[in-house]
Amino acid sequence: MFLFIVFAAIAVVAALGVILSRKPVYSALFLLLNFATLAAMYIMLQAQFLAAVQVIVYAGAIVVLFLFVVMLIGGGELNDVRDPNKPLAARLTWSRVTALVLAVLLLAGVGYGLLTGQLHRPTGSEAVFGQGSVEAIAGALYTDYLLPFEMTSVLLLVGMIGAVVLARREG
Amino acid sequence: MVPTTYYLILSAILFTIGVVGVLIRRNVLIIFMSVEMMLNAVNLSFAALSLHFLGLNGQIFVLMAMVVAAAEVAVGLAIVMTVVRHKDTTNIEDVNLLRG
Repeated sequence: MFLFIVFAAIAVVAALGVILSRKPVYSALFLLLNFATLAAMYIMLQAQFLAAVQVIVYAGAIVVLFLFVVMLIGGGELNDVRDPNKPLAARLTWSRVTALVLAVLLLAGVGYGLLTGQLHRPTGSEAVFGQGSVEAIAGALYTDYLLPFEMTSVLLLVGMIGAVVLARREG
Repeated sequence: MVPTTYYLILSAILFTIGVVGVLIRRNVLIIFMSVEMMLNAVNLSFAALSLHFLGLNGQIFVLMAMVVAAAEVAVGLAIVMTVVRHKDTTNIEDVNLLRG
């Protein structure tokens, strides 16, 4: 429970850092922190393989890709959400106020549903679950989910070709 | 043992922060990062429910979502690069070619 609270606090702070940082580089690094704490959450949820994949794919590949692009197109940006030269009224445009109201409504709705609803508790013990291992995942992935698994390879191929075609300099 | 509801509430909070990030920021890169954060929040609730119901399906879904996220980032960042090359800006307010 203690570990959960610590990691949850870090995750929320990092998420806020992503959307409030002045520079995209800082946002990318906060995003890395957020992904790392989620990897820790996966370990607490007995999903060890997912934790490894989270670190490799998200923290390793996606954040690095973000950083490459930030470096390539320049990181400077005016972030007038936190611009100290502007008065608060000028920073609170109607779209931002609407965003905050919608966020509160969303959180209130989901939170109400989660706190008042009942999660059906199946039989069995979480302590002996231990199904996040590579072996268990591979067993499900190559039997029940073989077709979706093969489709993801097509998806990745299409994504790769699309990225190459889009980023290619014309002429 | 942490109750599953706590994980779901954390997931909802992270998702909401991502939504706010998409709505309040104008930099296309940060909007993109917020979208990734929302995907991650949903992955967390999948993993939590996978443990709650003692099944493996949730974790398989997380894997699929990760594949989609990886492909999405590759294509999305290529689009961002193309836009920056043509418009020389990362501010989405300046990318209004299709506005009527």
